[in-house]
Amino acid sequence: METAGEIVKVGIADIGILKGPGKIRTSGLGSCVGVLIYDLREQLAALVHIMLPDSSSFRGDNLNRAKYADTGIREAITLLKQNGARSHYLKAKIAGGAQMFQLSAAQDMMRIGPRNIEAVKQVLSSLRIPLISEEVGGSNGRTIEFSFVTGMLTIRTVNEGIKEI
Amino acid sequence: MNDSFSFSSLHLDILKEIGNIGSGNATTSLSALLNRKIQMKVPEVNIVSFDEMMDMTGGPEKEIASIFVKIQGDISGSMFFVLPPHEASMLIREMTGNDDFHFQSPPYSDLAVSAYVELGNILCGSYLSALSDMTNLNIQPSVPSAAFDMVGAILTAGLVEISQVADQAIFIETLLLDEKDQYDQMKGQFFLLPDPNSFDKIFNALGAPR
Repeated sequence: METAGEIVKVGIADIGILKGPGKIRTSGLGSCVGVLIYDLREQLAALVHIMLPDSSSFRGDNLNRAKYADTGIREAITLLKQNGARSHYLKAKIAGGAQMFQLSAAQDMMRIGPRNIEAVKQVLSSLRIPLISEEVGGSNGRTIEFSFVTGMLTIRTVNEGIKEI
Repeated sequence: MNDSFSFSSLHLDILKEIGNIGSGNATTSLSALLNRKIQMKVPEVNIVSFDEMMDMTGGPEKEIASIFVKIQGDISGSMFFVLPPHEASMLIREMTGNDDFHFQSPPYSDLAVSAYVELGNILCGSYLSALSDMTNLNIQPSVPSAAFDMVGAILTAGLVEISQVADQAIFIETLLLDEKDQYDQMKGQFFLLPDPNSFDKIFNALGAPR
């Protein structure tokens, strides 16, 4: 049983699910992208803290599905469906993908934020999940939190205050 | 890939020694800059989850004043120098003699930021040149860049390479202590994060292949 005060905390390269009241949150997004997928009618929300755009580069044994845009978003949908969400009611909100440091050299790896945003949008679109709102790019770290009380994703930054999308 | 990140005690000692020599050199530079003694703790080699790394630095949302340097050359990786914002503010005021400078809330003075970047340049530069001398490897630091933001957002910039092969961060951490007086303490941290394929290059250069 979840209580009204419950806060589900999602770590880096991690996934969590919120059922009904309470809040779901992930902290300190930089180049990472927080992808919230939710079903308002069933009051179910999954949040993934995505670090990298594409799992095809992975060369090990234990794939952490929550780390990548392609596998993380699919994992979120699976988790939501297992809990009774219906595909055609799923919607998404995203935040993050900043470039925290401005380096003079054109270093490809440093563009990981924009690449994450692009990958997330592409996966959402290929899975036909409507993207309701976004707060992406820039150079600010973000902490994001969602609850069904307002249905809004609250974004806190150090340098630009709080926004709701 | 997990084998790449299991280190014998000899190799852990080598990494600690790298932290020792690098941050020792950086401490000397800072000491010369401020004209007083700066203490350095014994470096630690940490192999922890991404979340644990953020927790060790005060939690993902904690605000820090950071300098980031990308390492290129024979080895690659990332380096950070971080201070709590009010301590970075004190240090910059002392360096520049301008008491209005601070990193508590924006907008920050361009001059204060560039002074902080220059401080990072000196510290990271002396750390890495000691590492280069010790290993005989070509180690080139990028132009440094500053960010005043959340720990999680900042340190993940150094995890891009390793996150492609592992779910753990490996970093060499050194704490600097500047005790000007009992009310005025400063705790700076260095983080050196070699990219995964650089560890063997370091060990080989020091004649201790895995």
